[in-house]
Amino acid sequence: MRTLRFLLQKEFKQVFRDPAILRIIFMMPIIQLLVLPWAADYEVKNIKLAIVDHDHSDYSRQFISKVTASGYFQLDQYTTSYNKAVEEVEKENADIVVEIPVHFEKDLVKESKAPLFMAVNAINGVKAVLGASYLQSIVQDYNNEIRQQWMQLPRFSPQTTIEITSSNWFNPLMDYKLFMVPGILVLLVTMVGSFLAALNIVKEKEVGTIEQINVTPIKKYQFILGKLIPFWVLGLLILTIGLAISLIVYGIHPAGSFLTIYAFAAVYLLVVLGLGLLISTYCNTQQQAMLISFFLMMIFILLGGLYTPIESMPQWAQWIAKFNPVSYFIEVMRRVVLKGSSLADIAPQIGIILLFAFVLNGWATWNYRKRS
Amino acid sequence: MSAVAVHNLVKQYKSGKAIIEAVQGVSFDVARGELFGIIGPDGAGKTSIFRMLTTLLLPDSGGATVDGSDIVKDYQAIRQKVGYMPGRFSLYQDLTVEENLHFFATIFKTSVTENYTLIKDIYVQIEPFKTRKAGKLSGGMKQKLALCCALIHKPVVLFLDEPTTGVDAVSRKEFWDMLRNLRQQGITILVSTPYMDEASLCDRVALMQKGKIMTTGTPQQIIQSFNHNILAVKAQNMYGLLQVLKQWNAIEDAYSFGEYHHVIMKERYDKKVMRQYLASTGYADADIHAVTPTIEDCFMQLMQHKHD
Repeated sequence: MRTLRFLLQKEFKQVFRDPAILRIIFMMPIIQLLVLPWAADYEVKNIKLAIVDHDHSDYSRQFISKVTASGYFQLDQYTTSYNKAVEEVEKENADIVVEIPVHFEKDLVKESKAPLFMAVNAINGVKAVLGASYLQSIVQDYNNEIRQQWMQLPRFSPQTTIEITSSNWFNPLMDYKLFMVPGILVLLVTMVGSFLAALNIVKEKEVGTIEQINVTPIKKYQFILGKLIPFWVLGLLILTIGLAISLIVYGIHPAGSFLTIYAFAAVYLLVVLGLGLLISTYCNTQQQAMLISFFLMMIFILLGGLYTPIESMPQWAQWIAKFNPVSYFIEVMRRVVLKGSSLADIAPQIGIILLFAFVLNGWATWNYRKRS
Repeated sequence: MSAVAVHNLVKQYKSGKAIIEAVQGVSFDVARGELFGIIGPDGAGKTSIFRMLTTLLLPDSGGATVDGSDIVKDYQAIRQKVGYMPGRFSLYQDLTVEENLHFFATIFKTSVTENYTLIKDIYVQIEPFKTRKAGKLSGGMKQKLALCCALIHKPVVLFLDEPTTGVDAVSRKEFWDMLRNLRQQGITILVSTPYMDEASLCDRVALMQKGKIMTTGTPQQIIQSFNHNILAVKAQNMYGLLQVLKQWNAIEDAYSFGEYHHVIMKERYDKKVMRQYLASTGYADADIHAVTPTIEDCFMQLMQHKHD
């Protein structure tokens, strides 16, 4: 116990003496949490539109003003040449081309239907899909308006229309920041927990200090605990900073209790620390550890459900996500923050995370050798 | 019981398909309180032996005991009672001199004051810098600190791996003085070095080359076992002189040695014959005198024999 205390003392001294580490630990969460939630927004805005109007009628103009009034679209070109519009797409000035055919108004009035052509630049998939669907719903809306104008007010509407209204539970205003901030916070805790810990141990190997430690009677578990505990504390410290920022800057009051978040984080940190330790046992230089960390971080982020819902991934990716500890914490964070889940509600996740912790730490401890 | 007993120690490294035989069946004994030197060029296997004896490396075969404890089975006992100073400075650079010393004292469950007498002579030299970070010390200071940290738990056996490599001549001399003081306090010291001139500072030495020990003994014994005449020769054109000497069938070996060439003569040949030969080849001006052999001469001769 006494030995462990001295190891911890030494570890904390070193951490707080390294200005670079301190900057990373304190500045990284602050900057990321202040900047990223504003940028990482699912809503697609500023879709640039090129309109090819062959009709020049009242109706076509009404349609155009309705589209631009929606706030999602910016009119880039108003032209009569389709080729010119496509050219704009090629120059990346336009995302969507809408072609209004000749006799658009006439057809609509006389035959009650008129075609519209839409060409979408699919280089940015999300923008293309969402832009097209926004535009479609505007067309639909517009269509309904016109029909109502022309309808001769019969006693019973010959066409039944079903209108759907929705309300968003747990996040009534569909505020993306409420959704993103907890997720980003999870990534920060993960990064500090696993990668700083891995780099720290590998540094001892690289500098050679581990040799000097290995010839001493320090026990394996003492050395490992001496490394894990400081980063466990730092992880919780970052979580605290992050939660404070989300409360002060974004006004996010978790619907659930802070205690639930901390309880889960405490267990979760064991997993990421185990991962860091495992990386360090397989790497000999900080560069190697760094590259592996980058690789894992990409997987964690892209298959963690932060940006894209796991449920919409292909089956094999969902299986990978099942082994991604980050996905559990993101899920738990969102549940607790938005829905107010209690410890009992997230018991299955705690169970899985505990299992991860045992496997990773066991593997790392087994693979850590004081002699070669 | 000897402090260190090494028996047929073997260590191989695999790099790809090639097997590097770093240590090939090495045996030697170190008596208690002895200052024992392992002397050999880079790549002789000195560090591998030290790493095995300090339980950092497992031998492939053979065995050794340190203070009676087996290096494989009783490794935990060994870690309690040896001090190890690796060739590369490996203390915490971001901790101060004082903090490093305290840290290593505490993990051995002792304190700096308890064994202060042991390190006092060395520590007073670095004490003025005790609040300085170890990484900011000069080379000689770092080495003194490393020695203090390796001594602070009063080890029975002290392993010093190339402690004087890359250290200036004055610091080297100081360092050996410190080692002799330590030996007087009863600590057994194993030291490795690539510098032949340091052999005479040890009680006994083992000369190593390519994973094997060529000879063991006191420096005097090794020099006495050198049974050839040895002449130092100097002339204007040193390179030409060496070429001429090497063509002569009256010699065993010739190699440059400082500002002279050392020539090991075959039996029955002496200085007079040498002067005649050199005069006949245009080196009448050569300065020739007999010298007593040094450890380096012995080393060169042993290497020569190995090649034959």
